[in-house]
Amino acid sequence: MNHDAYPDNYIRAILNSVKSIAMVGASPVNVRPSYFAFKYLAQRGYDMIPINPGHVGKDLLGKPFVASLRDLGRPVDMIDIFRNSSHIMPVVEEALTLDPLPKVIWMQLGARDDAAAEKAEAAGIKVVMNRCPKIEYGRLSSEISWMGVNSRTLSSKRAPAPTQGMRLSLNRMSVGGGDTAASDRAAKNKSEQS
Amino acid sequence: MSDRLPGFSTLAVHAGAQPDPTTGARATPIYQTTSFVFNDADHAASLFGLQAFGNIYTRIGNPTNAVLEERVAALEGGTAALAVASGHAAQVVVLQQLLQPGDEFIAARKLYGGSINQFTHAFKSFGWNVVWADPDDIASFERAVTPRTKAIFIESIANPAGSITDIEAISTVARKAGVPLIVDNTLASPYLIRPIDHGADIVVHSLTKFLGGHGNSLGGIIVDAGTFDWSSGGKYPMLSEPRPEYHGIRLQETFGNFAFAIACRVLGLRDLGPALSPFNAFMILTGIETLPLRMQKHCDNAKAVAEFLAGHPAVSTVNYAGLASDKYNQLARKYAPKGAGAVFTFSLKGGYDAGVSLVSKLQLFSHLANVGDTRSLVIHPASTTHSQLDDAAKIKSGAGPDVVRLSIGIEDKEDLIADLEQALA
Repeated sequence: MNHDAYPDNYIRAILNSVKSIAMVGASPVNVRPSYFAFKYLAQRGYDMIPINPGHVGKDLLGKPFVASLRDLGRPVDMIDIFRNSSHIMPVVEEALTLDPLPKVIWMQLGARDDAAAEKAEAAGIKVVMNRCPKIEYGRLSSEISWMGVNSRTLSSKRAPAPTQGMRLSLNRMSVGGGDTAASDRAAKNKSEQS
Repeated sequence: MSDRLPGFSTLAVHAGAQPDPTTGARATPIYQTTSFVFNDADHAASLFGLQAFGNIYTRIGNPTNAVLEERVAALEGGTAALAVASGHAAQVVVLQQLLQPGDEFIAARKLYGGSINQFTHAFKSFGWNVVWADPDDIASFERAVTPRTKAIFIESIANPAGSITDIEAISTVARKAGVPLIVDNTLASPYLIRPIDHGADIVVHSLTKFLGGHGNSLGGIIVDAGTFDWSSGGKYPMLSEPRPEYHGIRLQETFGNFAFAIACRVLGLRDLGPALSPFNAFMILTGIETLPLRMQKHCDNAKAVAEFLAGHPAVSTVNYAGLASDKYNQLARKYAPKGAGAVFTFSLKGGYDAGVSLVSKLQLFSHLANVGDTRSLVIHPASTTHSQLDDAAKIKSGAGPDVVRLSIGIEDKEDLIADLEQALA
């Protein structure tokens, strides 16, 4: 997988197929990006599990915090990692000990660890890096268009008005799947800096 | 659905617009409302806290305007856009995110006269200091860079003489300096030039011109290319630091490659207030649907008129980058192969008086201070758009006393040439 520019169909297939998501680094602080994403994905009907050893005994929007992936006690479809790039590898290694394995490991905006991705992909796990599932869900459903964001999708079909708890259709015609010159350039600028 | 890439004309008609979820209306409805109801208190809090996508109040966002924003973002190849009340408003909102009092930005000397005024006087009163550079001398941009430089601003096709700017060369200077390149793409429109493909980080437009295209509605827009890393060095605290306006959110961290467009919306538009009327957004959207057809006709007509003028005995010089003999023809071939735009200047051998006489004798060309209308337009910049500049600055910006500016419309070119012919006689 080219981790600089994902085809929309790759992201779409992930968001259409996973049902449960364990979020590593979920924060109860309501201005943190992990809180935004957790709340949004829960409202879109995903079965969300917050993982953060610092908050065990409390809950996030009604879901009890779990200390680590090992303590999940049940299979999950996707692990969404809200940690800096330097903390990704141990989380991926822990994920690889789970039975059954998760189908997807997702690293948040700004987080990328190519070696960890390679390990996960070698075990048959799909990997997404440096993306936000909330933004991608909003983009592919075009809900994010309310914010003037280029969803890079087109549709001539009438969409239902978005309401709480409703899953919006992600099946729209894609405009290139993120392969704009600009996104390539941004990725290139980043890799030159790092 | 496949990941097939639609063409420019398809995007001009479809991007951002889909049948209205409530009524099925196919044309984009005009949501002429100030405010939008919340589902419940939690929904309201989520919207105000930027946790959910949705509408609150038309000064922050409006569904009609959002269609316009996504459409222009798609046509420019950006990640997101923000529509505002005018091109001037776009410039204020962009620089408010980038500059603190005492900071500097470098601007090309060849700009729309209104921008020169805004930068020189209004922005100076905010403590934003413009440093001028010559777009024909790339080294002058390098020399202008200081530790306080926060941005570089150029026009892709520069007003009034239609000269072409070497965007890639200046983007190299901007990258080396670690500052974003802002390109005003008003006179080219994304049909002719897509500055982001050439290294721009932010594109601004006066939508009033070719994008709206019919001379009936003011508007401006800011497009975020999604290419600039705002977090490095703490140089852009509006994007990289916790914002007290939003309980400590960091916009770059939260919104990634469209954080600049969000900053313009939630810190700029929300607090400065230059919101675009949804009615104007509707008019401009309708204009954009025919942008590719109009823009090609504008360019084809402009080339024919420029060729006619170049061969006329009363004309001393024609500045049109589409002419093979023009100084900017090489750059035009590189950046704008479909056409060099439709705004250009020429000089009359008879000087100022001949210019005044020409303007008064023209029957089809309208004498007014706008460009990018379906109608052909004429103006004498020295006495109007550039009148507040001193004589030296007028000449430097290409608006000397003998210069006449044309904006060529989409009428039949034979009629435009006949009108000029009788007026020059």
